[in-house]
Amino acid sequence: MNEFQIKKSDVEYDAIIVGSGAGGGMSGYVLAHAGQKVLMLEAGAYFDPRLDAQQLKWPWESPRRGAGTVRPFGDFDAAYGGWELDGEPYTQKNNSEFAWFRSRMLGGRTNHWGRISLRMGPEDFKCKDGLTDNWPITYEEIKPFYDKVDRLIGIYGTVEGIESEPDGIFMAPPKPRLNELFIKKAAKKNGVTVIPGRGSVLTEALPNNKDRAPCFYCGQCGRSCKVYGDFSSSSCLVIPAVKTGNLTVITNAMVREVLTDKAGLATGVSYVDKTTMEEHQVRGKVIILGASACESARLLLNSKSVAHPNGLANNSNVVGKYLHDSTGASLSGFLPQLMDRKRYNEDGVGSVHIYSPWWLDNKKLDFPRGYHIEYGGGLHMPGYGFGGGIENMNGAVPARDGKMKEAGGYGIGLKDDYRRFFGTQVGMAGRGTAIARESNYCEIDPKVVDKYGIPVLRFNYKWAVEEVKQAKHMQETFQEMMHTMGAIVTSKVHGAEDNYGLEAPGKIIHEVGTVRMGDDPKKSALNKWCQAHDCKNLFVVDAAPFVQQGDKNATWTILALSMRTAEYILAEKKKLNLS
Amino acid sequence: MNRRESLKALGLTAISSAVLLEACKPGALKTDKAADEKAAAQPGREAFEVERDNALNAAKFFNAHEMATIAILSDIIIPKDGKSGSATDAKVPEFIEFIVKDIPDHQIPMRGGLKWLDIQCLNRFQQTFKDASEKQRIEMVEDIAYPKKVKPGMQQGAAFFSLMRDLTASGFFTTEMGVKDLGYVGNVPNKWMGVPADVLKQYGMENV
Repeated sequence: MNEFQIKKSDVEYDAIIVGSGAGGGMSGYVLAHAGQKVLMLEAGAYFDPRLDAQQLKWPWESPRRGAGTVRPFGDFDAAYGGWELDGEPYTQKNNSEFAWFRSRMLGGRTNHWGRISLRMGPEDFKCKDGLTDNWPITYEEIKPFYDKVDRLIGIYGTVEGIESEPDGIFMAPPKPRLNELFIKKAAKKNGVTVIPGRGSVLTEALPNNKDRAPCFYCGQCGRSCKVYGDFSSSSCLVIPAVKTGNLTVITNAMVREVLTDKAGLATGVSYVDKTTMEEHQVRGKVIILGASACESARLLLNSKSVAHPNGLANNSNVVGKYLHDSTGASLSGFLPQLMDRKRYNEDGVGSVHIYSPWWLDNKKLDFPRGYHIEYGGGLHMPGYGFGGGIENMNGAVPARDGKMKEAGGYGIGLKDDYRRFFGTQVGMAGRGTAIARESNYCEIDPKVVDKYGIPVLRFNYKWAVEEVKQAKHMQETFQEMMHTMGAIVTSKVHGAEDNYGLEAPGKIIHEVGTVRMGDDPKKSALNKWCQAHDCKNLFVVDAAPFVQQGDKNATWTILALSMRTAEYILAEKKKLNLS
Repeated sequence: MNRRESLKALGLTAISSAVLLEACKPGALKTDKAADEKAAAQPGREAFEVERDNALNAAKFFNAHEMATIAILSDIIIPKDGKSGSATDAKVPEFIEFIVKDIPDHQIPMRGGLKWLDIQCLNRFQQTFKDASEKQRIEMVEDIAYPKKVKPGMQQGAAFFSLMRDLTASGFFTTEMGVKDLGYVGNVPNKWMGVPADVLKQYGMENV
């Protein structure tokens, strides 16, 4: 027997979905519940938060006390993966520093994300400044799907009537923590809007759902939730879809390419079983990519055939282009007035309690678009790094005897300082709109393959003056707010020399735009239903179809778009436009 | 850092082989195999993570003299007081031994810093730090414990002491003893109702 034989399955699925994150999970959920026989391929391991979450573990249960040595967000974080994966490199062009975060697991990055769940607003879809290309859809067209996502998954927040930050169907938000009250007060003085947070955490029982329990306020959403109290695609979409009997999931299946016939229609995919290194081919009537913005672009570019010589769905030559991640910059410090504060359980939810939507008018500013602010701090569980850099704190404020102390030190006085500063920290992070540019892209590196022999991505990404100015504005805003509330800044104060602390692209993990939608097949890869212009039974349901991201996190829009696409697929099948 | 890099950085592939050889000795096989199976079954952790932790635990970085010095330093930084025990009571030196294997960037600053300290003490007191008197040790520590007023020539020592202080704090306050000392009372199912009324009043935040 030939050991290099490709194993071909006789079954033809109604649909094959590549990826099990927000996009893949939602389309799998909708299709399986409609009776479609669906196959889902996930490149990573099986993961069920009920069994696998590191929730409620104490720091001493990790030999590295929760340090981020192996997992970038700490030892208890849910993500299997990170910015580097063993044997799966990516490369850079022109000194780019794009950082690509991959979670290889059922549910993908939704297992560890911040659960900050935001709708994009009317102007995010159809801009008024004429600076970026418009989406082929309006907010009004996607609104019913945002509504359905809110009801299906559950989200907390408050009705605010802010046009650019559309309201949803909300559960009650968690109340602010003490440091967040200081932030609120300072923000008011400085003219920064602060509203209750919006997060996909069940602060109330979810109607008509017996599988998920409400939040019990451990503040550890990043570890994923054993009672399914927050949104992970694994717990809320994929596992329920499997229970219908209509969804089959194969894990450790790394998809190599989408297969097409002579007419150019998709017929299935080939994948390598990572545990055995065996090659497989599976057949499907409809192929849906939800592998992540960059991975889906990679898959299309690697799916070359006679009918699709430039890669699949790429007659427009836009696949890989218009890659953009949110801008990000941050500042942290501590509030001296919170020293020696009373102890109580302040864990709260693992998403944000308060939130600042973009509040300014760009006509008066030297950069376009804007950013939102996320806040941190509180009496949180200590972990690796606790008390680090105490010399930047204990020399800055008077000791118990009212006299200034020399920074640093040792002994009983130092030990007492660690107690005094516990829970005084405050942090601010901006997340803003980056302009989608044709010149920022990922492409196939002509020379490099991963350990499965799959050609890898090469990134070309440069921030421009618009993003740098935005970061500068963030730093100025954060410093003013810190000053107003009497906080002492302990993190590095960034300036022009380092782009005002603007994070490298990819670091915010909101990368989108690589297989964009549009009405013009010459300028876009997908139509307004996320269906390939060049291949009618191929769809993309992750963040790749985004034309232009707002200053909102991508997940809620991925979910709404994926639900909309899945319903479109069902309707087209009914009309016999798709088989 | 990915798995191969981190294993390579530590030379752990070689150590793993040594562990395996040790496991193949008569009598050792059974228990080690059972331990392996237990390790492999850790929910929510990838196989390579368990393998890496086992390899780190089997490896040894600091020698006995270095460990003894770390123990003395950690107790100078966090001594026993009326509220809780000392750094060594909380097994901080064992944590530091682990973390420098886990985060190899700490290895040279720690090993070199300890050596720097011993040379300083040998020059001053004709003794290593460990063998110096308690008074001499404190005299030495006083010169490196305050990074903002450190004298020329002592900066390297201050950088080492700051790292040692940070690792000691991390190691102490992440133990059961340390968490209790801080008064952290979370990590239990509860209902968050907002900041307690007396605390709101204390900070004048009732109407914010």
